[in-house]
Amino acid sequence: MDHHRIIDHVPALRRYARVLTGDAWAADDLVQDTLERACNKWRLWRVGSDLRAWLFTLMHNLYLNQRRALPTQAPLDIEEVQDQLPGDTGPSDDALDLERCLQRLPAEQRAVLLLVAMEDMGYEDTARILAVPVGTVMSRLSRARARLRTLMERGPATAATTVALTGQPPVLRRLK
Amino acid sequence: MKTTRDTAMDTPAHAPSPRADDSTAWHALVDGQLPPAEADALRQQLQGDEHAQDTIAHWHMQRTRLHALHQDLLDAPVPDALRATASRVAARSAAQAQWWRWGGMAASVLVAFVLGWTGRSQWASPPSGTATLAGRAALLAAAPAQRFAQQAAVAHAVFQPEVRHPVEVTAAQQEHLVQWLSKRLDRPLKIPALGPQGYELVGGRLLPGDSGARAQFMYQNSTGQRITLYLGALATPMPAAPATPAAPTTAFQFTQEDPVPSFYWADAGFGYALSGQLSRSDLLELATAVYQQLQP
Repeated sequence: MDHHRIIDHVPALRRYARVLTGDAWAADDLVQDTLERACNKWRLWRVGSDLRAWLFTLMHNLYLNQRRALPTQAPLDIEEVQDQLPGDTGPSDDALDLERCLQRLPAEQRAVLLLVAMEDMGYEDTARILAVPVGTVMSRLSRARARLRTLMERGPATAATTVALTGQPPVLRRLK
Repeated sequence: MKTTRDTAMDTPAHAPSPRADDSTAWHALVDGQLPPAEADALRQQLQGDEHAQDTIAHWHMQRTRLHALHQDLLDAPVPDALRATASRVAARSAAQAQWWRWGGMAASVLVAFVLGWTGRSQWASPPSGTATLAGRAALLAAAPAQRFAQQAAVAHAVFQPEVRHPVEVTAAQQEHLVQWLSKRLDRPLKIPALGPQGYELVGGRLLPGDSGARAQFMYQNSTGQRITLYLGALATPMPAAPATPAAPTTAFQFTQEDPVPSFYWADAGFGYALSGQLSRSDLLELATAVYQQLQP
């Protein structure tokens, strides 16, 4: 296992960005920017320290900057990007519902929840990545879980299931 | 004097105190961040609490479903543009790793040189008179274990930063590794498993020591932190010096001398040193696990 291989971390970064932003294109742009920044800031990374956590830190800072740059707007409306939601395998309706609910969480709660529950990061690591105290991580986690539960239990009433029926063939990218 | 180095990075010991607030402990339980004993105790404690059971069950469900989200992306080929940028980062990191490696080696050589020099001044003055003789005998009795620990620390510093060749024989050929090193060290060796502590074997190598061959086993955890176990025959003390013939000294000793902290101990003429850039308590836990597994 070679932890120095950046490329090995790219799939996890893509997934995290995908769920964080709720948008396939925005996600890959974010990953691209993260890697560019890693390239420029490489000297700041200490050999032997946690490469994965460092990459997530870079990504999170970029994500915050992007959000600040955007005019204040309502949380991304999932309906507008729904044609981008189906992945190659076509996510289940449940997964779509969950993504909708996640997008309705405040961004900082979403980040904590995803790092802890999806990426299996420790609370300390999460705190370091997000540059907040562990206590803040815990309170955001608590609120995120409670709120996600309310959203999930309110049910898929708002969750239209027409997305998978758009009839477009899945977009496959060919790699050399 | 020795300094405490535990301040730079908070150790996991600072994890949120589980009893501080119920919900914190519940989260830690769901996220698998409680030590097994505490998790069991908490589960027991919550047996009859319906509200807790319900909440925790829902959080578990959330976790499972979050884990399942976009699993496809984890297996999907990485798009060309991202792959190209990742390669550029890798190229830069390789250049930097080179510097670290040379830097590490240079530091090790310096340490070895300084050790040699101080050793020289200790040994060079010829003993005169019984007092000096007694002092020298004491020094000799103590010296092999300390020298052993220093050599272990230097060996750690040399190979720990290695990116491409951290070991001679990798963990994939563990059986061969054990046979080979057992033969060279002339004693059946056992490689302790540190999986429960989060460390997997990377592999091992053969090294020269004062009185023959020494072996180094390297382990790494999921964050890339590396520790090394260094072992081999201790230099035989002056025959006259120790009154206790071949008494195995098994007390753990800690050294925080540069370049890296180690716990070392001796057992039946064989020395062991576990080195790693960890806090004393973390290193002690690992050393204890190693020691227990090496007991016949």
